[in-house]
Amino acid sequence: MTVLTGQHPKADLREPRSWRRAKNRIATVLMVLSFVLVIIPLGFVLFTVIAKGASIISWQFLTSSIPPSVLPANVGGLGPAVLGTLLITALATVIAVPLGILAAIYLNEYGGKGFLARFIGFMSDVMTGVPSIIMGLFIFTIWVLHFGYSGLAGALALGCLMLPVVIRSTYEMLRLVPDSLREGAYALGATKARVTVTVVLPAALGGIVSGALLAVARAAGETAPLLFTILGGTSTVNLNVFSGPNTALPLQIFSNASQPYVGAQARGWGAALALIAIAFILLIAARLVTARFSRYSR
Amino acid sequence: MEQPEQTVATNLPRPASAFQPSAFQPQADGPQGETIFDVRNVSISYGAFKAVTDVSLAIHEREITAFIGSSGSGKTTVLRAFNRMNDLIPGARLEGEMQYRGQSLYSGDVSPIAVRRRIGMVFQKPNPFPKSIYDNVAYGPRINGERNKGKLNEIVERSLRRAALWDEVKNRLSTSGLSLSGGQAQRLCIARTIAVEPDVVLMDEPASALDPIATGAIEDLMRELKSQYTIIIVTHNMQQATRVSDRTAFFSVLTDPDSDFRTGVLVEYGRTEQIFQDPHDPRTQAYVTGRIG
Repeated sequence: MTVLTGQHPKADLREPRSWRRAKNRIATVLMVLSFVLVIIPLGFVLFTVIAKGASIISWQFLTSSIPPSVLPANVGGLGPAVLGTLLITALATVIAVPLGILAAIYLNEYGGKGFLARFIGFMSDVMTGVPSIIMGLFIFTIWVLHFGYSGLAGALALGCLMLPVVIRSTYEMLRLVPDSLREGAYALGATKARVTVTVVLPAALGGIVSGALLAVARAAGETAPLLFTILGGTSTVNLNVFSGPNTALPLQIFSNASQPYVGAQARGWGAALALIAIAFILLIAARLVTARFSRYSR
Repeated sequence: MEQPEQTVATNLPRPASAFQPSAFQPQADGPQGETIFDVRNVSISYGAFKAVTDVSLAIHEREITAFIGSSGSGKTTVLRAFNRMNDLIPGARLEGEMQYRGQSLYSGDVSPIAVRRRIGMVFQKPNPFPKSIYDNVAYGPRINGERNKGKLNEIVERSLRRAALWDEVKNRLSTSGLSLSGGQAQRLCIARTIAVEPDVVLMDEPASALDPIATGAIEDLMRELKSQYTIIIVTHNMQQATRVSDRTAFFSVLTDPDSDFRTGVLVEYGRTEQIFQDPHDPRTQAYVTGRIG
């Protein structure tokens, strides 16, 4: 290479051409493509449910008792199912979320690498993989056979499904809390319990709450575990979650969809839309709560 | 050039003892506060790894004692032993005797919680809690049971003033402690530490992540705090040690090339002027004159 005198050689600052550039292009295109592929089914589902269910949604639909299937769409509604879903999911949340958070605290803060902690962590992961219908059968065997169908039984089944999800998401959030924060609190003479409650949990709260709400949203849409535990088929509101059959939106979707009557089918689509709306509201709540609790994290 | 590691290796297994002005020797030089920590033949290990071996020294009240030495020489390990922070590390073990005001820190009935309420610590990386500035400072008093709003306000203001941070944050006490710059965050951590009125403040390279201005502010602060607190500081910055400390302990790594055995030892401990101007040990001399480390 010759050295140019009195003149600096021009640096080549153009983007590297050829294969490197092509690879970059290909990867970008692939990513955009997979994004579109993911969006298509989601868009279709939402579009179909809204198109078929929006017309029936009204205050009357959300509150009236369930009419016989032969009646047209403008009569009655799915009030018992809406209320049942809200009650049972709320009860499941009350059962599973505190337990799951406590378990995760044990796993991350107290258990260390001990046998018990590893065992519980492993079992919780196994539990994540248990099909929801098995959870339903499990509660059916240990609860329903002795105490009969009830909203509580449904909540127990949903709680069993939520529990491992809450444990796992909370555990991951607690792990993200830097040890330097714990040490800072310890250095001020805080006990372990206090460090956990006043420093670790608040630091992780946003993530914990949004993880728990995701689990709730997921559980609200479960059908199989409810089949064996709350029975369904009730047409009036059952406010007593501790005894007697109840019903829920997923169960109504399941039974209404298999009906030959147009009115029942329309109510089924309405139930689907209502369910998606509930999940959507929970997700938005999760976002808001996360933002609220992480205001000091930035 | 002198290779300190070799002289060290021949001295195994009790190499530094000849150079340790032990706590039992009368210290002729200068006036001194009462002994607050008496460390005798302390060795600390993490599992099978012996981080520091056979350290003996006496820390004096209302003085600033600096720990200097290269990385891995066990300065921080010894520092963390003073308020039992090493207890938090699984597998950490301490042998020997460590006394605080005549009381053994590691005897069975001593609660690390009670120890840490008297012996606070400021860490290398500023670690404000993700809470408001106010709540950061009030954290310690609150865990000690202070609920009175007026008293808490007073403590927060006094601590922040002493940490030279009050004027910068007085109008935004409710904003996040994480919104502060590095130097401010470190001063917040110092305010948080002194809010519980500790007896001793341990500082683990408190200025290593800070610019010279912020470092200067923290050093001024340390000199001021000296009138009320005993301060032990770990530092890699030798100028800092000469600027702020009354006494200096020089730690070094001991390596045995045959067995791959490494451990930290206390090489020399004395008044800061003596350590830097008239070091007795060739290793100290090599370090403070910048020939190694």
